[in-house]
Parts: sequence; C-alpha cells; structure tokens
Amino acid sequence: MTVLDRRSNRLGVWGWLGGGRWGMERYAYILHRITGLAILLYLLLHIVVTSFRVEGIYLWTGNGFLHSPVFEMGEYLVFAAFAYHACNGLRLVLVELGVAVGKPTEPVFPYKTSLNVQRPLLIGMMFLALILVAMGAYAELIG
Amino acid sequence: MQRTDESMRTVTFHVSRYQPEGKRGAYVEAYDVPVHEGMTVLEGLHYIKDNLDSTLVWRYSCRMGVCGSCGMLVNGRPRLACTTQILHVAGGHLAVGPLPNFEIIRDLVPDLTSMFEKHVSIQPHILRKNEEEVNSTEGEFYQSPEQLEQYLQFAYCIKCGCCMAACPTMATDARYLGPMPLTAAQRYNADTRDDGRQERNLQTGSPAGVFRCHYGGECSRVCPKGVDPAKALQLLKRRLVLDALHLFRKKEPCRKLEGSGSGEVLPNIAAAPAHTVQCSGQS
Repeated sequence: MTVLDRRSNRLGVWGWLGGGRWGMERYAYILHRITGLAILLYLLLHIVVTSFRVEGIYLWTGNGFLHSPVFEMGEYLVFAAFAYHACNGLRLVLVELGVAVGKPTEPVFPYKTSLNVQRPLLIGMMFLALILVAMGAYAELIG
Repeated sequence: MQRTDESMRTVTFHVSRYQPEGKRGAYVEAYDVPVHEGMTVLEGLHYIKDNLDSTLVWRYSCRMGVCGSCGMLVNGRPRLACTTQILHVAGGHLAVGPLPNFEIIRDLVPDLTSMFEKHVSIQPHILRKNEEEVNSTEGEFYQSPEQLEQYLQFAYCIKCGCCMAACPTMATDARYLGPMPLTAAQRYNADTRDDGRQERNLQTGSPAGVFRCHYGGECSRVCPKGVDPAKALQLLKRRLVLDALHLFRKKEPCRKLEGSGSGEVLPNIAAAPAHTVQCSGQS
C-alpha cells in the first residue's frame, strides 16, 4: 500500500504573532510573550553588565555607559515591559483561578463567552499598567 | 439550486490546494464563484467542484453545523464552512484553507487523528470505582438541573478542531493536549456522576496539560457552538490547584437510585410514559 505524504500545517512562531483579526486577549497574550522574553533578555544582559564591575568602576561613573541616554532609554523600556507583564500577569493569575470567567451556562446564540466576563478586569489592568508606565516616564524625564 | 437573478455577485475563492502524489507542494488556486445572499462557503465549494474543478477535495457531512466535519480556515479564521455565509465574511475575495496545526491529507482535508488520540487519553467517559454500576441498565443516577448546568455547556462540543487550529500554543507545541480534549476533561470532571478526576489530573496537570494555556482566548472566539473552551480550561486549572493544595472538598459521586426513586412528583407534571423497549433483566 502506498503511503502518501502529509503536509505539515503547523504555524510555528507565526501562530503567536499572526493574528490579523484577533481580539484584545490575543493581543494581550502576544505582548505578554514579547515582554516576558524581553525581561529574560534583560536579566542575561544585567548579569553580563554586572560582571564588568571586576574591570573597574568606569562604567558606573558620571560619563560612563550606564549613564548614557541609550542605556537610560533601555532601562525605561525594561520598566515599561515589567509594568505591563506584572499587571497582565496578575489578571492571568486571577483568571486561571477561575475568579473572573463566570459560571458555565447553556450557550444561546449570539454566544457570550468568558472573554466578555473578564474584559473589565483586562481593561482595568491595562489602565493600571498605563499609569505605571506614565509614572516611569515622568520619573525618567524629570527625576 | 441555480439562481439567475440580479442579486448574484461574483466572489473569487482563493483555495489552498495540496496533492500528496504531486511534486508541487501547497499552492493557491483562484475560482470565480457566483454568490447569492445566504449562500454558505460549503455551497461555494460545491459550486467549484460541480462546475469548475472536480479535483477539489474537502470533508463535510451534515451541512448544518452538527457533525463538525467541515472546519476550515475562512479568511484567516477557523470556521465551519456550512454555517459561514460568504457575504458575511467576504467582499470580492475569499481565502479558504485547511485548518492550521494539523497535518494535511489533501487540499482542505486535515488529519484529525492527533486530536482524537489526545481526546481518548483524558478518558472522556464516566469513570466510577464500581464499573458494574455504570454498565448496568437498572436504576438511574440522580442529578439535579443545577448539577447538569455545571457541564452541559462543555458537552455541546462537536470536535470540529476549530479551537485547536486557533490556539497559539498549539502552533508551536505539538505535545500540548489542546482546548478540545481539555474541555472534554472538564466536562467529565464537573459531572456529578463521575469519580475519575484524580485519574484525569495526571494527564491534565502534566507538562503537556492545561497549564500550557495562557488565555489567548481564541478557542472561545472561534468555537461555532458557544462551548467556551477558555472558560473550561480556567475552571480545570482552578480545580487542579485546589486539588494540589488539598483544598477541594471531597465529594462522593452521586448515588444510583434503584426503582422509581423516593422523590415526590410535582403537581401539574404528567406521568412518565410507559417503557417502549424492554431492557434485559426487566420483567
């Protein structure tokens, strides 16, 4: 018997990002992944930069790289990523404990899902993240 | 039925094709289809097969959103071809492809075997310590309407695979059980007749289990039956956490009532009709 080839149709990483017409939660999911990976990358860079301390204190002094505008902008982006990741993470913890998804109900068209139930929590958390990011920007510019 | 009235419009179907015996790989072929109000994607595919290209292959059966056979990617979204009206989703062009995250057998036909194997692995049936109790036709398990509501929504699943195709975790992790099997697990875990939650926890709480879900919510958005797999998965996680912390109140599965039961019949409710089929062992 001839076995015919199957074609793989798995989307790969494009499946995370390739939402053209998805909903708010999907975009929150994508941003959560990106900020998570960014924070992980920062952790690795942080270890590398800290290890330069054995070479002397020149990086930390007034005109050193750690006080350059590029690095300070990078620091701010890390803070913004952290603020988003933390707020969205809190929402996910609550949702995954079944707090804001509602009870099972008989589906009646047009269907309302748990996404509708937890939407206020999502909006609230995004608003909180926005306040934190704005406060960070204020501290970066004025402080 | 062919129509010739002025309400007809032409929509170009861009259909993803794949023939395993050919060396061309996957490609897209365009077909101009005359479309009328109310015409479904499934009817459009039938028009192509009958009039334009008889080699086009897809899977379908009931034509009314019950069997779950005709799940496909319509304009970038997993949908049932039989319940999707062309003019609701398309202007002049309509992209039709097979469901992502499955292997493709031919044209629009995905191989759903991996999904069904995962479904079987979570034991989607009533589990009780006393198996005879389940298999015996005598008596019935007591379940209130409120208890029924705890799982009824999840029992409407037609296994079309749309949720599996929309799930971003499925896109990169072939081992992940996926929304459909995990929803089935919650459906039986929440059933008061069932006593197999601890057994299923080994599978649903495994590294390929429910904690791979990060609530992108697409499964619920694309589900054609309103099953809301995202809700089922979060309730499943909650129960796994409570079980791990030993905080879930131990409940015995509901009892089986022999005979007619001891409850009183409410007024204005007609008596049950007589049995039409004689069960074995019934006198």
